[in-house]
Amino acid sequence: MEDKPLTKLDPAYVTVMRIQTLLFSLPFVAGALAGEVGNLLFTGAFLVPVVLVFALLAIMVPLRRFNARGYDMGEDRLRVVRGLMFRADTVVPFSRVQHIDVEQGPLERAFGISRLILHTAGTHNASVTLPGLKHEDAVAMREEIRAHVKRETM
Amino acid sequence: MSEAQAEIEQGWQRTHPLAMVAGAIAALKNAIFPIIAVMFGSQAMDRGSGFLFLIVLAIIGINLLAAWLGWLRLRYRVGADDIRVEKGLVSRSARSVPYERIQDVSLEQKPIPRLLGLTEVRFETGAGGKDELRLAYVTLEEGERLREVVRDLRDEAQGLELAEKKQREEQGELLFHMGPERLLKFGMFEFSLVAIAVIGGAAQQFDFLLPFDLWDPEGWEERLAGPGDWLAGLGWASRIVGAIIAFIALVGIGFVTGIARTFLRDWDFRLDRTLKGFRRRRGLLTKTDVVMPVHRVQATVVDTGILRRIFGWHGLSFISLAQDAKSANHSVAPFAQMDEIAPILEVAKFDLPAADTKWHRASADYYLVRALFGAVPFTIGGMVALVFAPSVWIGFGLIGVAGFIALRAHYLWRYERHAVDARQIMSRRGWLSPKLKLADRVKLHSVEISQGPLAKWCGYADLKFGLAGGTLSFGGLPLAEAQEMRAAVLSSIASVDFSRLPR
Repeated sequence: MEDKPLTKLDPAYVTVMRIQTLLFSLPFVAGALAGEVGNLLFTGAFLVPVVLVFALLAIMVPLRRFNARGYDMGEDRLRVVRGLMFRADTVVPFSRVQHIDVEQGPLERAFGISRLILHTAGTHNASVTLPGLKHEDAVAMREEIRAHVKRETM
Repeated sequence: MSEAQAEIEQGWQRTHPLAMVAGAIAALKNAIFPIIAVMFGSQAMDRGSGFLFLIVLAIIGINLLAAWLGWLRLRYRVGADDIRVEKGLVSRSARSVPYERIQDVSLEQKPIPRLLGLTEVRFETGAGGKDELRLAYVTLEEGERLREVVRDLRDEAQGLELAEKKQREEQGELLFHMGPERLLKFGMFEFSLVAIAVIGGAAQQFDFLLPFDLWDPEGWEERLAGPGDWLAGLGWASRIVGAIIAFIALVGIGFVTGIARTFLRDWDFRLDRTLKGFRRRRGLLTKTDVVMPVHRVQATVVDTGILRRIFGWHGLSFISLAQDAKSANHSVAPFAQMDEIAPILEVAKFDLPAADTKWHRASADYYLVRALFGAVPFTIGGMVALVFAPSVWIGFGLIGVAGFIALRAHYLWRYERHAVDARQIMSRRGWLSPKLKLADRVKLHSVEISQGPLAKWCGYADLKFGLAGGTLSFGGLPLAEAQEMRAAVLSSIASVDFSRLPR
């Protein structure tokens, strides 16, 4: 099972992660700008490092995270691999799925991607999230898994 | 069926009128502190006690009114597909739980409702804790009837033949019982210093009630200088005797608390095997009566303590979807010898590890990393303390802690082990008080292999299983072994659909 190549996520996911990082950086950049206006140190003492750090975070990290993520849709199980430093490799058999969510935030919707969330009855991994799927793929996967889940009763 | 049908036709029902009284008394317990506060506050005022009496009366009155309104606005219905409870004065809440989702119905009698012959009914759905549907309070007979009705309707909803169910009379077979003598032994091992902390805390909280300042050393000197002067004159020997007496008193309090708590919780503990599963009854003031269907047992835990282990005492608990008081595990034999535990496990369809079980150990690197992470900071701290601290003992103490952490990691590496057989996953954790966990391979929900940067470097991985109602994880397995275990377990999980799990 470990030898099987993983399916890559939708490339739009990289863009979404980048925009999310930029949105996250806004308050910090605003703070740095305030520092600049206050003229506390030499010009650029606040703005340059903050912008550099976030530029790095926005350009490099999403791409590397994207490359580290992947999934494999097996006949009776879904394997989700994620993590750059802390790798996690989760397998959920379809027969143990309690219910399935397909979720989209506004940004994800603009780029046509979705998150597929599988809920299990286990305490650990009670919900396994697979982000960055093309919306149609996510819906198709949901239907396929749904077909396996014969009865959604306890 | 007829009983169930009659139940449906009856429609909406109220809880027992006495529930108002029980509710009001429970609420009054919460009102005691405001009342005390009013009493103290009023000392500062000039008005007489009549005013005070009015306020206390008003607090009691408000509580009674609230209890009455609460009772008036609470109703429940045992319907064809679900049980419904509607309550709330201003904001109504209507909760409906389908029978298929009800794991179990448990009854709990707290002291006051018990005096009134009432019980609280809890419908366990696996939601856990506060989200569970509760009905407080109905008569004990009504509670037991509800339990029967809900169980029958649930079984019906699951397509079981009711007639067949009815035919099999509910007959219990005693599996485990604890009499007073056993409880006394159990209580001795439950030695607790909580009471001492409580007394200390109370002394601090309520010192305003004492006529003198407890925490003022000068005051004590003054008091001792008078009649207590002879104490100071008795010299060292008597002080040592005094210290010994104080120590014995503390230990005595510890034992008495442990024994008292054990008696309160586990009085007349009995575990029966009934047709509907395991039935556990226990409690002196708060009696509980819980039924756990055999198939709902997800995993079993056999644990012990450092001292009780020497005498062969172990505790058995079940991990199940429904929650027990305060903990997720249901304690089914808290204090028993292994030969008493084995038959219970057999009924629950679990086996103790056989003699020829192939145990595996985690990677030594994993424990080495853990030992280093724990011990290195303490060692550095100890060195620094040796150089700078006024007393060498701080430094030696810290280095001693580091040594203990390293020693513990070594012994954990030697003692912690796991095994997978055709049906079960077995895990033994801990050093001085080892814990044995048995889980059914089929009753797992997901498998995860995770690695941090250090784990990747050393080539080991953590293996975590999704277990309903509990956790099952193995740290620091060699990567290949973790992958092998995952593949093996996944093949057994995937072969059985959730809905076809033994019910």
